[in-house]
Amino acid sequence: MNTNITSAGPPAEGGNTFLVSLGRLAVSIFIPLAAFAVLWAGFIFLRDSNAPQTIIALVAIIWGVGGVALLFWVTDYVVNRMPVVVAKKIQPFVFVGPAIAILAWYLFIPTMRSLYLSFFGPQSTNFVGLRNYIYAFTDSRMLEAFRNNLLWIILGTGGAVGFGLIIALLADRAKGEKFFKSLIFMPMAISFVGAGVIWRFIYAYKPLGEAQIGILNAIVTLFGGEPQAWFTIRGLNNVFLIVILVWLQTGYAMVIISAALKGVPSAIIEAGRIDGASELRVIRSIIIPFIAGTLVTVSTTIIILSLKIFDIVFTMTNGNYGTEVIASMQYKQMFRFYDYGRGSAIAIVLVIAVIPVMWYNLRQFSKREGF
Amino acid sequence: MKRMMLSLVIIMLLASPVFAGGAQEAAEEESNVVRVFGAFVDEEARRFEEAIKPFEERTGIDVIYEGSSEFETLISVRVEGGNPPDIAALPQPGLMKNFASKGVLVPMWSSLEDAVDSNYASVWKSLGSFEGTPYGVFHRVNAKSFVWYPKKAWDAAGYEVPTTWAELEALMDQMVADGVKPWAVGIESGGATGWAGTDWIEDIMLRTVGPDVYDQWVNNEIPFNDPAVKDAFEILGDIWLNPAYVYGGANTILTTSFGDAPSPMFSDPPKAMMHRQGNFITGFFPDDIQANLEEEVGVFPLPSINPEFGIPVLGGGDQFVVFNDTPAVRQFMEFLATWESGELWARSGGALFPYKNQDLSAYPNEIERSLAEALVNAKVFRFDASDLMPGQVGAGTFWSGVVDWLTGKNLDSVLSDIQKSWP
Amino acid sequence: MAGTHKQSRWTYLLVLILLVIVIIWSVPIFGLLVSSVRPRDQVMSTGWWRALDSEEGFTLDNYRQVLGGSDQTFVNASGETVRASGDNLTQAFINSLTVTIPSVIIPILIAAAAAFGFAWLEFPGRKFFFTLVVAILVVPLQIALIPILRDYQTLGLTGSYLGIWLAHTGFGLPLAIYLLYNYISTIPKDIFESAFLDGARPMVVFARLVLPLSVPAIASLAIFQFLWVWNDLLVALVFLGGTNDVAVLTQKLASMVGSRGQDWHLLTAGAFVTMVIPLGVFFSLQRYFVKGLMAGSVKG
Repeated sequence: MNTNITSAGPPAEGGNTFLVSLGRLAVSIFIPLAAFAVLWAGFIFLRDSNAPQTIIALVAIIWGVGGVALLFWVTDYVVNRMPVVVAKKIQPFVFVGPAIAILAWYLFIPTMRSLYLSFFGPQSTNFVGLRNYIYAFTDSRMLEAFRNNLLWIILGTGGAVGFGLIIALLADRAKGEKFFKSLIFMPMAISFVGAGVIWRFIYAYKPLGEAQIGILNAIVTLFGGEPQAWFTIRGLNNVFLIVILVWLQTGYAMVIISAALKGVPSAIIEAGRIDGASELRVIRSIIIPFIAGTLVTVSTTIIILSLKIFDIVFTMTNGNYGTEVIASMQYKQMFRFYDYGRGSAIAIVLVIAVIPVMWYNLRQFSKREGF
Repeated sequence: MKRMMLSLVIIMLLASPVFAGGAQEAAEEESNVVRVFGAFVDEEARRFEEAIKPFEERTGIDVIYEGSSEFETLISVRVEGGNPPDIAALPQPGLMKNFASKGVLVPMWSSLEDAVDSNYASVWKSLGSFEGTPYGVFHRVNAKSFVWYPKKAWDAAGYEVPTTWAELEALMDQMVADGVKPWAVGIESGGATGWAGTDWIEDIMLRTVGPDVYDQWVNNEIPFNDPAVKDAFEILGDIWLNPAYVYGGANTILTTSFGDAPSPMFSDPPKAMMHRQGNFITGFFPDDIQANLEEEVGVFPLPSINPEFGIPVLGGGDQFVVFNDTPAVRQFMEFLATWESGELWARSGGALFPYKNQDLSAYPNEIERSLAEALVNAKVFRFDASDLMPGQVGAGTFWSGVVDWLTGKNLDSVLSDIQKSWP
Repeated sequence: MAGTHKQSRWTYLLVLILLVIVIIWSVPIFGLLVSSVRPRDQVMSTGWWRALDSEEGFTLDNYRQVLGGSDQTFVNASGETVRASGDNLTQAFINSLTVTIPSVIIPILIAAAAAFGFAWLEFPGRKFFFTLVVAILVVPLQIALIPILRDYQTLGLTGSYLGIWLAHTGFGLPLAIYLLYNYISTIPKDIFESAFLDGARPMVVFARLVLPLSVPAIASLAIFQFLWVWNDLLVALVFLGGTNDVAVLTQKLASMVGSRGQDWHLLTAGAFVTMVIPLGVFFSLQRYFVKGLMAGSVKG
C-alpha cells in the first residue's frame, strides 16, 4: 500500500518573523470564521428563504453534506496549527467530538431528563421517589412484558442472526448471489406499515365455512383442520409475532455478515482447504471465529431492537392476549395515560436492561489499544 | 490540497450573498394565518377545508389545516415541546381537561361564549368545560346508538324494527330459527382494539341504569365492579358469548376490524342481519351499498331496556380548543360555532353536527337526516364514557378488559382489575 | 483441491436450497403484490391466491390513487358535488429526498470519524464514551422528542430541514458508530503502523486509508440509514411538520388510509410505491460489497 501521504509542514522562514506570525494567526482565525460565515449564511437561507422548492432542496443537500466535511477539515486545520503537544491531545476529539456532542444533546441529556422525571408524578409536579419503579417491577402487565421481551430477545435474535448467517454463507458460494440477497433483503425495504398488512393476510381468520383469506388458515383448512385466530392463542401468539421480526431483520443481519465474510482473507480459507478440512469444518473453525466480532455486533443490535420492539406488537395485537412488551407499555403511559413519571421510569428500566450487553461489549473493547 | 480547500472556502464566501438574499418577510404574513391541527385526514380533511372556504374568502384569513394519523402522539409532543398549533381538534374531553389544567388553553371569550350559548344545547358547552370555564367548541360529532340492517333482506324475511329489548330478543330468536346469525360484530382496531365493545356497554348502561348512574360510573362515584356494570356486561354476554347470535363467534369479534365488521350483512345471501355502530360506519359499507344507501340500508336506535330510561343517545365528537390567542383565531373560532361552518361538510355526507338551528335538509339522505334529528332532539344525550374516563381506563384497561372477557377471563376479575387501575 | 465435478454439484445443491428459502421468504410479499392489484371488496372476501378465479380481474386503481391522489368527493361552496383527487405524491417525494439524503450522509461522515477515533486513537474517557454509545442504542427516541422540540423552538429550527437532518443524525449515530466501529476495528494494525510511521496526520490516514477500506461497511450502513429515514413518520412529523409543503411520503401515505384506516387497500399499493426507492439504493450500493478490499491487504 503506497503510503505517500505525509504532509509538508510549513517552511520555517527567517527574518520578518513577527509579520509572518501575525499573518499565520490571521489566517488561522480567518479560515474558521470564513467557514462559519458561509455555513451561517446557508443556514439562514434555508430557514427563511422563499426560493422554489427544488433550489432549496439542492442547496440544502450540498450545504448540509459539504458543510460537515468543511467543518471537519477546518477543525483539523486549526488543531494542526497548534503546538504539537496540545495538538496530539486534542486530535482524537476532532474525530469523536462532533459525535459525542450530538449524542449528548439528542439522546444523553434527554435520558438524564427522563431519569429525573422518573422520580416524579404523572404531571411531573410532585416528587414520588421510587414509586414509579415499584410499579414498573411489580405490575402484572409489566411482568408479562418482561417475560415477553426475553422471548423476543432469544427467538428473535437467534432466528435473525441464524438465518442471516446461513444465507450469507450460502449466497457467498452460489451463483446469482445478488439475486438471492436482494430477495431476502426486500422485507426490510417494505416499510413496517406495509409489513403489517402483509402479515395480516397470513394470520387472518375467517370462521369455519368461510373462504379463508389468510394463508395459514387456508393451509390448515385444506388439511381438514379448524381455522384458528392465531393471535389470540396465549403463549404461541408471541412466536407468531416474533416470526415477523425475524422475517424483517434477517436481511439486516445477512447484509452485515455478508460484508464481514468478504473481508475474510482467502489465504486462510485456502490454507484450511489444502489441509483437507471439509467445507463445514472450514466454516466452523476458520470463518466463524474470524467474523465472531461481527456476529456479536449484529446480535447486540438485534437484541437491543428486541428490547425496544414496539410497532409489531402495538398494531397487531395492541398488547392483548398476553403479548404486551415494554416499549408498548412505555408509549401508553406517556401518550395515552399522560403519566410522564411512569413513562420515564420504564424508559430508564430499558436502559438498565441493556447493562449486560454493555458490559460484554466493554470487555471486548477493553482488549483494544489505540495509537 | 490545502490550496484547493482554501480557494473553495473563499469561493463559497463570495457566493454567500446569494444565500443571504431571499430572506422572507415572515412577520406580516403570519397574522392572517390560522393553523389548525386535527386527527381527521384525507377525504374528511378535504371536506372540512371546503366547508370553511366561505370564511376564508370573506375574511382573507388563511386557515391551514394539518391532519395526522399520529395525532395522539403529536399533540402532546407539540404542546409540551412549546410548538402548539393555534387551534386543535381534540377527540377526548379528557385531553382538553389535561391541557386546561396546565394552563395552556385560552378560555372562551365573551363573544364566543355567547355564540355557543345560542347555537348549542347546554350539554355541549359543559363537555367543553373544565372546572366551570368553557374552552372547547364542538363541530363535527357522531351519534352511536344505532343498529344498521340490510333493508332488502329484512323486507324479504318480513322482519320488523324492534322498539323494546324484549322485541329485539324475540327478533334474534326468529333470525336464528330462519338459519341466519342476528349480529355482525368486530372490535379489532390495531392499537385501539376494544373500543367498539366499550360503546356497546355504554349504550346498555344508559338503558339499564339511566343517565345519572351513568355519570356516577364515569366519575368513579360507583366502582367499575359495581353490580350495575356487571349486569351490563352480562346482558352483552347474552348476545356476544352465544355463538348462535353472533356471526363467527367470539374469535371473529376479536379479529375482525371494526370497519370490516358490517360486511357479512351485505353478502348474498346475508350472513348476519344487524350491526350496531355509530353514524360514521356508512363510510365503510361496500361501494355499491353506499351508492344506494337509502334503498339498501335501514337504521333504528338500539331499543330501550328499562322503559323508564327510554332511548338515550350516546355520542362523541371533536372539540376545537385555542392555544394561541390572536384576532384571526378569534374570528375563526366564532365561525366554527355557527351552522354555516358545518353545512358544506354535512352536505358531503358522513358528518353530523350539533347546532340547534341547523337545516336538516342539508344532509344528503334520509338516513343521515334521521340520525341528525335523533341527535339534536335527544331528550337524553351522553358523551362516550371511555372518552370521558381517565386514559388509564378509557384508553387502557376498559379496552383490554373487553378483550380479556371475550377470551374467557372471569368477569369479576376483569371488572375489579379495571377498578384497580383507576388512578 | 476439490474436483470440478464435485464443485458444480455443490453449487447446484446450494442454489436449490437458496431458491427454496427465498421462495418461502417471498411468499408474503408476493401476496401483497397480488392484493395491491385487486379491488378492496375482493381482497377481504377471498384469499389472494384465488385472484385468478375472480371475474373482476385485476385493477390498477389502487396505484392510480396512490400516485395521483386518492379519490375524494365533497360539496364545494357553490353547492356542487365534486369528485377530485387529493394531492399527488410529487411534492412529498421531493420532500422525502431532501430529508433523507443529507440524513444519510451526515451521520455516516460523523460516525466514521468517531468510529475511527474509538477504534484506533487513544484519549482520556475512551472507554466511558464508548460505553455510553452502546447504552444509548436502547433509548427509545420518544423521550427525546419533547426536550429537543423545546430546544428547536428556542433556536428557530422547528420546521427547518437542518433541524430534521440533525435529528436523524442524532438518532442514527449510535447504531452507525457501533457498526462502523466493529468494521474499522478489524482493519489490520500493520496498515496503520506503516502510515503513522511515515508521519501521516490522523485526518489524512482517516480520509485516505480508513474510508476507502471501510466502503462495504459504509455501504451497508448507508442502506440501513436510508431505509430508516425514508420510512420514518414520527420524527418528520415532530420536527418538520405535516402540512402540505413539507410533508414527507410516509405522511401522505398514512393519511391516504383515512382517518380510521378504512382505505388500507391503498396501503398495499403504497407499500410497493415507497419500496422502489430503497430497493434502488440497495441495488446501486451492491457493487460495494466486493470481496478482497481488506482480504487482499494482509501481507504474506
